[in-house]
Amino acid sequence: METVTLTIIKQPELYLEADCISPDVFAETTGEIADLPVYVGREQHRLGDFFEISGRAGTTPAGTKIIVKGDLSRVKYIGMKMTAGEVVIDGNADMYVGAWMQGGKITVNGDVDAFAGTGMKGGELRINGNAGNYLGSAYRGDWRGMTGGRIVVTGDAGSDLGTFMNGGEIVVGGNVDVHVATHAEGGTIIIKGDAKSRLGGQMVEGEIYVFGDIDVMMPGFAYRKDVDLEVDGAKGRFALYEGDLGERHRKRKGQMIYGKLYQLVRP
Amino acid sequence: MTKTVTDVICPFCGTLCDDLEVVVSKDGKNLLEVYNACAIGAEKFLQSQAKDRHTRPRMRQEDGSWKEISYDEAIEYTAKMLADAKKPLMYGWSSTNCEAQAVGSEIGEYVGAVMDNTATVCHGTSLIAVQDIGIPSCTLGEVKNRADRILFWGCNPAHAHPRHMSRYSIFPRGFFTGKGHTGRKMIVVDPRVTDTARIADVHLQIEQGRDYELLDALRVAFKGEQLPDVVAGIPKEKIYEVAETLKSGRFAIIFFGMGVTQSLGKNHNIDAAIAVTRDLNEYTKAAIMPMRGHYNVTGSGQVWGWQFGFPFAVDLSRGFARYNPGETTSNDLLRRGEVDAVFVLGSDPGAHFPFSSVKKIYGLPSVAVEPHETPTTEVCKVHVPVAFVGIEVGGCAYRMDNVPIETRKVVDAPEGMMTDEEFLTHVLARVKEIKGV
Amino acid sequence: MTEYLIKNGFVFDPVLGIRGDVTDIAIKGDKIVETDAVKNPRVIDATGKTVMAGGVDVHAHVAGPKVNIGRNFRPEDKLFNTRPGRGVERMQGGFSVPTTIRTGYNYARMGYTTVMEAAMPPLYARHTHEEMRDTPIIDQGAFPVFGNNWFVLEYLKNNEIDNAAAYIAWLLRATKGYAVKVVNPGGTEAWGWGLNCENVHDPVPYFDITPAQIVRGLIEANEYLGLPHSMHIHANNLGNPGNYTTTLDTFKLSEGVKPRGRFGRDQVMHHTHVQFHSYGGDSWGNMDSKADKIMDYVNSHDNITIDMGQVTLDETTTMTADGPFEHHLTELNHLKWANADVELETAAGVVPYVYSPNIKVCAIQWCIGLELALLAKDPMRVFMTTDHPNAGPFIRYPRIMKWLMSQEAREQQLDAFKHKDKVIDATHIAGIDRELDLYEIAQMTRAGSAKALGISDICGGLAPGLTADVAVFDFNPNEPYVPDDIEKAFGDAEHLFKTGVHVINGHEIVSNGNKRTLWVNARVHENPQVVRDVKEKFLRYYTVTLNNYEVHGHHYVPNPYVIEVDATQ
Repeated sequence: METVTLTIIKQPELYLEADCISPDVFAETTGEIADLPVYVGREQHRLGDFFEISGRAGTTPAGTKIIVKGDLSRVKYIGMKMTAGEVVIDGNADMYVGAWMQGGKITVNGDVDAFAGTGMKGGELRINGNAGNYLGSAYRGDWRGMTGGRIVVTGDAGSDLGTFMNGGEIVVGGNVDVHVATHAEGGTIIIKGDAKSRLGGQMVEGEIYVFGDIDVMMPGFAYRKDVDLEVDGAKGRFALYEGDLGERHRKRKGQMIYGKLYQLVRP
Repeated sequence: MTKTVTDVICPFCGTLCDDLEVVVSKDGKNLLEVYNACAIGAEKFLQSQAKDRHTRPRMRQEDGSWKEISYDEAIEYTAKMLADAKKPLMYGWSSTNCEAQAVGSEIGEYVGAVMDNTATVCHGTSLIAVQDIGIPSCTLGEVKNRADRILFWGCNPAHAHPRHMSRYSIFPRGFFTGKGHTGRKMIVVDPRVTDTARIADVHLQIEQGRDYELLDALRVAFKGEQLPDVVAGIPKEKIYEVAETLKSGRFAIIFFGMGVTQSLGKNHNIDAAIAVTRDLNEYTKAAIMPMRGHYNVTGSGQVWGWQFGFPFAVDLSRGFARYNPGETTSNDLLRRGEVDAVFVLGSDPGAHFPFSSVKKIYGLPSVAVEPHETPTTEVCKVHVPVAFVGIEVGGCAYRMDNVPIETRKVVDAPEGMMTDEEFLTHVLARVKEIKGV
Repeated sequence: MTEYLIKNGFVFDPVLGIRGDVTDIAIKGDKIVETDAVKNPRVIDATGKTVMAGGVDVHAHVAGPKVNIGRNFRPEDKLFNTRPGRGVERMQGGFSVPTTIRTGYNYARMGYTTVMEAAMPPLYARHTHEEMRDTPIIDQGAFPVFGNNWFVLEYLKNNEIDNAAAYIAWLLRATKGYAVKVVNPGGTEAWGWGLNCENVHDPVPYFDITPAQIVRGLIEANEYLGLPHSMHIHANNLGNPGNYTTTLDTFKLSEGVKPRGRFGRDQVMHHTHVQFHSYGGDSWGNMDSKADKIMDYVNSHDNITIDMGQVTLDETTTMTADGPFEHHLTELNHLKWANADVELETAAGVVPYVYSPNIKVCAIQWCIGLELALLAKDPMRVFMTTDHPNAGPFIRYPRIMKWLMSQEAREQQLDAFKHKDKVIDATHIAGIDRELDLYEIAQMTRAGSAKALGISDICGGLAPGLTADVAVFDFNPNEPYVPDDIEKAFGDAEHLFKTGVHVINGHEIVSNGNKRTLWVNARVHENPQVVRDVKEKFLRYYTVTLNNYEVHGHHYVPNPYVIEVDATQ
């Protein structure tokens, strides 16, 4: 695997849109990586105007690794739409990290702002830090949110986690803000810390696991029974709630399928 | 001698009453009396006659004082500011006509602006909800002629839309509603005992910030599923009862306001309210409608809708239109430092935005196009006073139910004053010159 | 006056009866003229290329309130589907519901120059006109909807054709409308109570009238006035298995009525998007094609025209004034649903829909649309549409041309269906080897639709005296080609002249044209009763005043083309 290392040397006056920082684009470019376009507002610049670039890309996305270094908290779209290969972000990054990602792996050693993993279809997005709002959610208006892949956040995540989730898995090591798995029709969300309220609102199908507290349970979730499970390597007894009882649900084999919310029962 | 102009449209709120009568002096220069309007609407007409009104642009000087400048100088400053900026914010557009909005969009295209309107701090969340789940709605006349279950959620029309209940929702006798308010059941959901709540048949005094839960509970109740004993401070018996009241109507309508759009959950509250409406359509007929504030915020969303495909928060900076509230919304842009110039027309962010955003406006090159002296004009570098739309110049405006109505001119603006559209047209021409197109 | 001479092209023009012969077409000012009438023309070399009149779309939803609902509530329709402005082109966006700017450009790129907006709610006429004004290049008119209008229901309940006609004339003028449109007659009013009218004899709640009476009455009122276009209908029971009988019942309501007026059309009923109305069976499981039965009727009755409503197998946005249908659809696919009921007049619904080649019903729908066109004996009476965006976006017209012109292309698509065998069993398409030629395509997209709309004296052909709407396509019908060449060439006009203005040159849009709005001003005898009824209804039931209802020209219709009708004789 070939590696390209980008080190930010100049901060943009506003924000930098760098959707070119992706193994797909790097591997497919025939020219210099430094000449790839990036944008500040309406102005187009070269990637090389903001980053010191070393190493080289592979001939395929899968054969390309990108390491991005420095304070990237004003850089958007890193790893957007990538299908293969690897991106490592050493530092905080702004919005849309791994948005519409289809494959490959992104590791962020820092925090990310909102919309990371928007509309994700596959691959792995690991955030060793905190994530902003709308992690692994659908783009506005789309009923096809995250459909595959895996997102892991070691810290906390913001509100609107996994909206319209249809598949894949999101694991949050810390706490989450309001609105989890709203309108979900599939997928799995695991929250190791505490949750506030509005978990599984308008949920059709899918699974949510909460290890910590839930401030307010949705009225549309009803307790069914306790079950013993192994969740993300941890064994425990969970209280199973089903919902959202106010929402439509499918029947399978004569059985109504609900969204499932499991909360760890603490001894 | 005076003359009376009839069928005048009130350019204040989204109710867009069109039955005002305005008495003007024979020469058409002075506005004397306003009939049929609510107190707020009448005041807006009369205020246009204020003698101390600014009639020429002014520019703030280094020492903070204002200096009168010509319209030409204001056009030059505005065009240059917009053309020089990497990503200007062009905000407002809710208290002006569609004609001006259309010229504004064209400027926005040339300078790569972010176009945003007052929905961003009002019903933008409703628009997001509509994108997620849709909206079964209707015109206000359908409410007048058919509705027998009226639910006001987080809104207080008695004060914010004073003629709403008498013209459309509660009191009028329509085709199938000959009994007027006695044939209607009025439900109000509000944590406060508002004047609207006081006249309701049922007031659900909800716990603050628990709208989403109560709406979900209604949906559970429709399906006959079990509820917890109390949801959002409301006993379950009451929730079942209200659910039954709504289902048993012939035509139910939910009106909602900023009490739900800007409290915890924002778009999700509206999403759930729309889901309630969807559900009701399985049992009877039901509709839902946002109580839009500014008289033409709706029109601005329509104009941008057909020109760009999005109703607010439209980012044109990359040469095509993008949209994502949370990123392309005014307060996020200002808070994060994503814009480098601010143009405001037909709105007062100085009064409505958080202080942190207003401070950002103060620190940037900025222009406010606005008939009044407002908190916004006081933080901007240039203030361009213009004629009042709907009073001194006509033009198209969209009511809260999206019905377009052409507002009327009733008096002349003070001599030499420009309209929004004229000012923008000059700015557009100058921007094109600067950009060489 | 600017002059052009389009030289040496293969011309297909049913108006002149030219079937691909090499012919020169001359333009002077805004008109087509005899070739010897131009003195010093700019010459467009069309050698080896196809030349046709500008396309005329008889039915599309491209402007107005429900279209804009579709835009505003589908941001995902624009995600990664935009085109930056450049040169004279403004920014464009959207796939199934493009922005007005993109709508105009995309029609122009296909060589279309006249497009009818198929459903204008009268109360929203201003909105519809504002959008048309902002749609560059193409001429447009809009059809106000009448089939659920309270005035119409009350007049026709008592068979008061003259009053209905006077009201129609008034409303066309007030809304700057073009024709009498009917959508789910009676059913949309019933939708005001969450109900529907499912066949032509299903009474309308409260109003004591049936859809059959509404349809028949509006046909008669339309002919009483002698309007350019006939009554244009989307019948009851759209989209349901077994609905072809309702369609035939609706067709029969036109029997015995003769077209009146000076506009040269032969039909008294245009039935739109007939694909959605040609289903047999009684469930989605056994639904099949009744296109044969439908076309047997159409082929043997001269006073009917139809359009296809061809399913294009795309993700799209359905939108119609058939409010109950859209509610039915959202219950089926669970996608977001917008509804917009309009006081005293109509309603509308909007729901996204994905026509998947893997779903049997979608594949059958695809077959039915094509069967209608392929079974047509007279292509002057069967028009190409997708009921944009309901069965698919209009930008697929060139793809539909490919399917109609090439059995090979149809077989490729049939092979790609997941349930190919079941689809073939439920349809007739596999047994049809007809391949339409470009002359027949020109009938279905130009000459025929212009004639049905009553504008064959304006456009739809290349005869001297007609408006200079001319398209040149990079397609040589005499050289070997593969089916995809058709789609490519007819989606990307090399030249387009619109009212004499050269708007596309070398495949590039070089002008925003001189867009016109067509509307019909029908004069009738003074009718005091209608005047009184209008006043009363506005006073009591509308929420706008009568004086604030009429659309005035300046802002909304800046460049009108008014067709005058004198019904006082």
